[in-house]
Amino acid sequence: MSTVFIPTTLRRLTGNQSRLSIEGATVGEILTALDRTYPGFAERLFDGNGQVKRFINIFVNDEEIRTLQGLATAVGPNDTISIVPAMAGGA
Amino acid sequence: MSYLTRDQLLARIRAEVPELSPREVHERMKQDPSLTVIDIREREEWLEGHLPGARHISRSFLELQIELVQPDRKAPIVLYCAGGTRSLLAAHNLRELGYENVISMRGGFSGWVNADLPFKVPRFLRDDQRERYARHLILPELGEDGQIRLLDARVLIVGAGGLGSPAALYLAAAGVGTLGIVDYDNVDRTNLQRQILHGESTVGVPKVESAIQRLKDLNPDVEVIGYRQPLTSANAFDILRGYDVVLNGSDNFPTRYLVNDACHLLGIPLVDASIFMFEGQVTVYQPADPARAIEGGPCYRCLYPDPPPPGEVPSCAEAGVLGVLPGIIGSIQAVEAIKLITGIGRPLVGRLLMYDALDQSFRTLNVRRDPACPLCGEHPTITELIDYEQFCGVATLPTPTAAIRMPLPVAAAR
Repeated sequence: MSTVFIPTTLRRLTGNQSRLSIEGATVGEILTALDRTYPGFAERLFDGNGQVKRFINIFVNDEEIRTLQGLATAVGPNDTISIVPAMAGGA
Repeated sequence: MSYLTRDQLLARIRAEVPELSPREVHERMKQDPSLTVIDIREREEWLEGHLPGARHISRSFLELQIELVQPDRKAPIVLYCAGGTRSLLAAHNLRELGYENVISMRGGFSGWVNADLPFKVPRFLRDDQRERYARHLILPELGEDGQIRLLDARVLIVGAGGLGSPAALYLAAAGVGTLGIVDYDNVDRTNLQRQILHGESTVGVPKVESAIQRLKDLNPDVEVIGYRQPLTSANAFDILRGYDVVLNGSDNFPTRYLVNDACHLLGIPLVDASIFMFEGQVTVYQPADPARAIEGGPCYRCLYPDPPPPGEVPSCAEAGVLGVLPGIIGSIQAVEAIKLITGIGRPLVGRLLMYDALDQSFRTLNVRRDPACPLCGEHPTITELIDYEQFCGVATLPTPTAAIRMPLPVAAAR
């Protein structure tokens, strides 16, 4: 099981849970599994072509998946996945 | 009991301590720019002029402070004083501490000046500044040089709100000489839960005015320049140009892309941060600067090439924000600004710091420059400021009413 960090902006989909353990061999599998358990994620994360939206970054451990193998990036049981969306707040 | 005369003592020390002429020292410094050269005269003498690249430790503190400057007992150390006598005695003292390679400069600073070698008259702190910044001055990483860099620095803060408040307070307290603050808004009572620059007495007052009052009271050394207008593509270059560092504490996506693009095009490092409910992000966008051997890192567009559609990400006004959160994140921005100004430490370039107040955790993620970035990539297509409201799909930015427009900038007297 990999650990997935849920950003504040999406925590209402997970009943305010900030980290979840999810099974899957790749980032894509894990995010799909996330959407199965907590419906709504796919719509928030993916664009019409099934790609991660451009204002959201997905990290495996410390590295962004666009610099790895994208959604096909392999994930092991001790890896952490972070979903990091753009936030504008400052005031 | 046997005793030595002054001349016998000096002769004995001369036999053990090598001496170099000012010209020989000058040559060694050219060959080895990292050579440790220490001026051991009194502070008043140092202030009248000293060797460029020398450090000052007055002789009375030499044994106590030498390890802060050069802990390596084998490293060559050149000492000098005014005429070459005190430095001989001081060299003898350092040898007793185990320094094996201590050299005294024959003829001292007078000999240096008589040999027509270049010297530097230092900028120095006033007595009241030495008192105010005493806790900085004793930090070896900062010291008087670092404090003078802060006093000479110009930092622009976009937004005198949640992030801008602690950042402005700490930067003013730290003695950043010029603080620019951009904010067109007035203080509202709902701001006071987190915007600690302002208070009950300035509710209804323009935020830049409120900020100037508070910051001048905190530190009269600081010149505060208020820009009471929204930052736009039309005025961004004029406002940002000439600042050494920009801190972003804005609250909307169009301004974030605008500040990013303007900073990149002007070559100004940007300390960016954003907050939401209990969570914050901070990073530094550092444009490449080959002339100063700065490699540079990613920009906001590398990280977030497109903005979210309007309404998809709620604002703090809609979702709320823990009042302390911007205090933490804005303070981290102030730390990064001070590091960039003084050149100490490792700035958050290429690293995104994530803070979660509920989890009480900090995590750092790597962010990389995107070679295809339209702004800082290999083939940039954004070479001037664009229409950011259109880019973000926003109808219009909130604009100030005529009633709160005023002549700009509003500068506070030093």
